Amino acid sequence: MLETAAAWLLALLWLAPLLYAFWAAFHPVEFATRFDPLAPLTLGNFGKAWAYAPFARHFLNTVMLVTMILSAQVVLCTLAGYAFARFEFTGRDIAFGLVLVQLLIMPEVLIVENYRIMSRLGLVDTILGIGLPYMASAFGIFLLRQTFKTVPRELEDAARVEGCNFLGVLWRVYVPLARPTYLAYGLVSVSYHWNNFLWPLVVTNTVHTRPLTVGLAIFGAPESGVDWGVISAGTLMAVAPLLFAFLLFQRQFMQSFMQAGIK
Amino acid sequence: MKHVYGWLLLTPAAILLVGFTHYPAAATLWDSLFSTGTVVHPSRFEGLGNYAALADDPIFWRVLGNNFWFALGTIPTSIALAMLMAIWVNDRLPARALVRMAYFTPTVLPMIAVANIWLFFYTPQIGLLDQIGAKFGVASHNWLGDPNTVLACTMAMVIWKESGFFMIFYLAALQSLSPELEEAARIEGASRWTFFRRVTFPLLMPTTLFVLVNATINSFKLVDHLFILTKGGPDNASSLLLYYIYQVAFSFFDTAYASTLTVVLLLLLAGLALLQFQLVEKRVHYR
Repeated sequence: MLETAAAWLLALLWLAPLLYAFWAAFHPVEFATRFDPLAPLTLGNFGKAWAYAPFARHFLNTVMLVTMILSAQVVLCTLAGYAFARFEFTGRDIAFGLVLVQLLIMPEVLIVENYRIMSRLGLVDTILGIGLPYMASAFGIFLLRQTFKTVPRELEDAARVEGCNFLGVLWRVYVPLARPTYLAYGLVSVSYHWNNFLWPLVVTNTVHTRPLTVGLAIFGAPESGVDWGVISAGTLMAVAPLLFAFLLFQRQFMQSFMQAGIK
Repeated sequence: MKHVYGWLLLTPAAILLVGFTHYPAAATLWDSLFSTGTVVHPSRFEGLGNYAALADDPIFWRVLGNNFWFALGTIPTSIALAMLMAIWVNDRLPARALVRMAYFTPTVLPMIAVANIWLFFYTPQIGLLDQIGAKFGVASHNWLGDPNTVLACTMAMVIWKESGFFMIFYLAALQSLSPELEEAARIEGASRWTFFRRVTFPLLMPTTLFVLVNATINSFKLVDHLFILTKGGPDNASSLLLYYIYQVAFSFFDTAYASTLTVVLLLLLAGLALLQFQLVEKRVHYR
């Protein structure tokens, strides 16, 4: 009984910051800290936030970024994962070890050098420049390799007898069987890059490329002088798609994040 | 033929991995041996000069110390909370799905958004914390402006953000435990606390070690909040190594020194990875 109350209390405490953001966003600024249940509701903060910062552009940039990264990751990691799972080639184990290095040294640790590379490639301030370092994802390669390894050899042999070449086997046998892995990986990748901040901040410098997080950081900085209601409204707009997806597919999200963590 | 196909499949990913992970890591090491080139003074070989400067840099030691306290202040508390949450949510709790959702929600939010919301709690006078304090006659406090409280404020936020993420690992571990254990304990008349201390906690140890190492590695990458809350201040009291690297490279434009700092970060991460590797080996033997 006592424990139930404590569990609920902690849950309430954990939701409180978000609930507070909702309160501030939907009420006029004079009610920001006056929790009057009769306070008038307003959508004005959302209108102001939308007008104050180029949210539409940031949304577009983030959606393009996330889509581009995920599609490239799926293709590259499928090919590499297949190579590691089913092909014997010289230097395979060393190559696999080198791939795993990226699990530890994520691109955001190497911002200094990667920025230099991007400026040499002329990719500073492009969406491709934000995405490129993440496309060959060690985590994706690892996850797909593990999944492909569980596929019975007999299925592959059967497909070979039917006349599939090695890419046909990949496409007709391995990829369909790995669908749950793709879903889990996709959720984690989209959440990660929707929320990612440091590298996009470093490599972008105009509104044409800045994703939502970077836009939000500029918008929410104390120097911008915008009031709480507007900042809360902007913040909620930026997190809404992901938060909404999470509320709908809670279980799938948690399972995917867990797989991502356990590796 | 298999050799060719294998490498052919791997090549696209390999080019990108080498280009944006291995090459830059090696280049970081190389650049740390040179001075930063300017128009007047071109870059020249310094040997370990940058490392000597690093040893004498009080800000470097400050941020390294902050990283240590940050890890120590956030990880054990988050782990304890995560364990508690998992045990609660694993039980037959009314509205269990809702409670679990509440615990996990901070994980899916970007740190920037979270910091935007929490900034308001800490703002002096008009902020929520001071408003609540005022009701109880507590004097207003500049939470993020005081070097003594600023790091703790960022830690509280990070604990809130990370606990729910760690919870899911404990939840998975708890679900794999045999329910007969609890039955046996009940027959023996063991209290819930004894059962936790003697049975659950030791059985969760592999999970705890796993979370501990991963959380430590991750703690070196958690810097987004600083851009909103403090900019590393006041007087670097809340700054962390990766944030300092960002400042040195992109505000002070001293890329050679930033590379030197990055080498330290890479070494720290490599050390933690070795530790993790050994733990994994042990876990395999354990099973």
